Amino acid sequence: MDMHPTTTGVPNRKVLMWTFIGSECMLFGTLIASYLAYRGRSVVGPYPEELVNIPFITVTTFVLLMSSLAMVLALSAVQRGDRRGTIIWLAATAVLGLIFLGGQYLEFSHFVHEGLGLSRNLFSATFYLLTGTHGAHVLIGVIWLSSLLGMELRGNLGAEKAEIVEVAGLYWHFVDVVWIVLFTVIYLLV
Amino acid sequence: MSHSGEHGHSGAHPSNRTYVLVALVLAVITGVEVMIFYLEALRPVIVPILLVLSTSKFILVASFFMHLKYDSRVLRGLFAGPLLMAAAIILALMALYGMFTAGVA
Amino acid sequence: MSHSIYEGGLRSWITTVDHKRIGVMYFVAAGVFFFIGGVEALLIRLQLGSPESTLISSDLYSQLFTMHGTTMVFLVVMPLGSAFFNFLIPLQIGARDVAFPRLNAFSFWIFLFAGLFLNSSFLFGGAPDAGWFGYANLTSTQYSAGIRIDFWVLGLSLLGVSSIASALNFIVTIINLRAPGMRLMRMPPFTWMTLITSFLMILAFPTITIGLVMLLFDRNFGTNFFNPAAGGDVLLWQHLFWIFGHPEVYILILPAFGVISEVIPTFSRKTLYGYPFIIYSGILIAFLGFGVWAHHMFAVGLGPIANSVFSAATMLIAIPTGVKIFNWIATMWGGRLRLDTPLYFAIGFITLFIIGGLSGVMHSSPPTDLQQTDTYFVVAHFHYVLFGGTVFALFAGLYYWIPKVTGRLLHEGLGKLHFWMMFISFNVTFFPMHYLGMHGMPRRTFTYLPGLGFDLMNLVSTAGSLVLGASMLVFVWNLMRSLRRGPPAGRNPWGAATLEWTLTSPPPHYNFRTIPEVRARDPLWREDGVELGPEDSTVPEPVMPSPSAWPIMLALGPVIAATGTLVSSLPMALAGLAVLVASIYGWAFQPLER
Repeated sequence: MDMHPTTTGVPNRKVLMWTFIGSECMLFGTLIASYLAYRGRSVVGPYPEELVNIPFITVTTFVLLMSSLAMVLALSAVQRGDRRGTIIWLAATAVLGLIFLGGQYLEFSHFVHEGLGLSRNLFSATFYLLTGTHGAHVLIGVIWLSSLLGMELRGNLGAEKAEIVEVAGLYWHFVDVVWIVLFTVIYLLV
Repeated sequence: MSHSGEHGHSGAHPSNRTYVLVALVLAVITGVEVMIFYLEALRPVIVPILLVLSTSKFILVASFFMHLKYDSRVLRGLFAGPLLMAAAIILALMALYGMFTAGVA
Repeated sequence: MSHSIYEGGLRSWITTVDHKRIGVMYFVAAGVFFFIGGVEALLIRLQLGSPESTLISSDLYSQLFTMHGTTMVFLVVMPLGSAFFNFLIPLQIGARDVAFPRLNAFSFWIFLFAGLFLNSSFLFGGAPDAGWFGYANLTSTQYSAGIRIDFWVLGLSLLGVSSIASALNFIVTIINLRAPGMRLMRMPPFTWMTLITSFLMILAFPTITIGLVMLLFDRNFGTNFFNPAAGGDVLLWQHLFWIFGHPEVYILILPAFGVISEVIPTFSRKTLYGYPFIIYSGILIAFLGFGVWAHHMFAVGLGPIANSVFSAATMLIAIPTGVKIFNWIATMWGGRLRLDTPLYFAIGFITLFIIGGLSGVMHSSPPTDLQQTDTYFVVAHFHYVLFGGTVFALFAGLYYWIPKVTGRLLHEGLGKLHFWMMFISFNVTFFPMHYLGMHGMPRRTFTYLPGLGFDLMNLVSTAGSLVLGASMLVFVWNLMRSLRRGPPAGRNPWGAATLEWTLTSPPPHYNFRTIPEVRARDPLWREDGVELGPEDSTVPEPVMPSPSAWPIMLALGPVIAATGTLVSSLPMALAGLAVLVASIYGWAFQPLER
């Protein structure tokens, strides 16, 4: 809540989210650095090149990219006061996010089935921690967006809805952007 | 910093059409990345190519979807600083783990 | 004290979202932990006072030095810094509160619960005992069975949440809630240092969070992050810890630098010399601080290239630090000094910090460091910068600002007694450690053989430490006495320059009835430096955020979850998660002002 107009003209919540995103850059940066440090150092298999399914992950990556489009269309709808559009696109974003998570679950199950339990080797440790942290972020995003959707359906998203949806969108896009990096680092550079 | 009355995001907003276009470009770049992965001939240069391509995707999402292109410079700074710091830490740890030196670490 | 902003029972304190009250709570909590950490130190000194002492077992000793370090860093100096940030920042920038008052309260409660959680370990099988830096793979279940290290991992994780939340709040506050005309280069130096420190916090804590998660996983879920047999690297822990740990020490010192940059000008009755240099050097120190971490690892075998790079960066950081010291001295030069207690502590700080900085620069050379590392020379160094530095500076700040907080002056005579007792006994305690280190006494050992040349210096150090502990009682006595019968402070007892001194002591609930308009740096020292609005009822009383129970409720969630993790109880962990989620929703649906 702004107790007087903000010095920069940017709402407090937006500055907060961008600053938080900065912190998250270091969080994921550390995870990525650790993944890279341990790359190729597993003493036993299975090894990443045996397991990764590029076509499958390409599809889930595409799903997540499209969810960012849905998110930005949702924000556009909110800003225009288009209630129906808001509902449709918020729902679409959440659903696409869930599909992505479903894909992660399938991938993890496959890996475990092939012998890559959490404690198997260095690849398992760094891979599951990195992608698991990302997945947890997606899950939190889905819950958040679903809550906003629920509030919009009940008509009580409130007067500051544009700001709130925008801030949720920033979070969502950031999580997508992290995946862009992970897709390259883990899968394409396997 | 002046005490301004202007709102966080400036008047300029990409249209829905722009958003869809950006999404299309992102999809195409992703497709290209995957293609390059499968082209054995490009293996020696895959790293720089992929870095350029994924950086482009990153910039597109940040500029358009996250609205940085149209927003106050403060936000750009708030993102760029930590991002560069994270990149530096990644590079430093890669160096310390021998990823930039040939032969035995 | 009969000041309405502090009145109210327990419930009003538990639900407060007022930054001034939260600041007071941080101070009290830090004070209690300071006592605990101090007792741990005294026990250490009593054990080391004579060779082959059997006062403390090696097991208990390991717990004591681990908890002393962890407590002093995370439960004393950082919260004490937070106490200052909380009370002062909105006042200094002309705001009515921080950007997110409930988030602010949450930061305090989760810090308090984390501190209690960590210290409860003494009652449940023993406190963490692998050092405040928890090196792998001593911290593995193989070498550290039981739950002591899990207490440490979980406790620190909770503290990290507190710090990050707090830092986010202050960044938004300082960027966005400044009074009209309060441009960045007009902000008080303390506000600037708070902003820089907050960025350090949000950037450094994530790295140690990941390290802690890895350690937690290794200990509880069978992963191999730090298991050499599986290809894991114990040095990865050290890298992750020190990538956090080095910026952490700048997190500990920059607020102190900020305090000094306010106390010295006020008590020299002269504006801060080289204000832009003070600010830019603070920024440079923070930036460079991320590039020196492996100077804590000169002895692990990183190789000559890595060692040289980190050595050069470490030497470089001495430059902006030196710039600040020269600016403070230049400020005093030609000033009309007010020889009051805050200035004594500030000058004490400069002296002791220079000594600590010099021993630090000696460490920056890897060959020299190979001699000094893991000896008492390092212990001397960091106590000179952390205690002689930060703690002395924060006492300068306490003597300076407590009258604003309580509305009463502290006693000058007692303050000076405290200073001299503390200054002399501090040097008696810690200076001999330079000698001990140079003569080969290792760190982190619970005893030593007689006849190695260590006996006398250890005895002297122990004697000093007892007086040092006693000196704190003088301060506590002074504070208690002042609260009961100190003379009223008035608005600006020191004739200082910054906005907080325009308000009553203590300030009203809403700080500024009318937001001031700032026209210069040091607004109270400039002709037309600030335009203050009416304070009376011609202006309606500002509506402030209402008290809320959600911050403390939200803080309970992670603590319950952590306890569940500690005792391997999935139901309890899930209960904690449920409390967390429910509290987030409760908070989100509660309007800020009711």
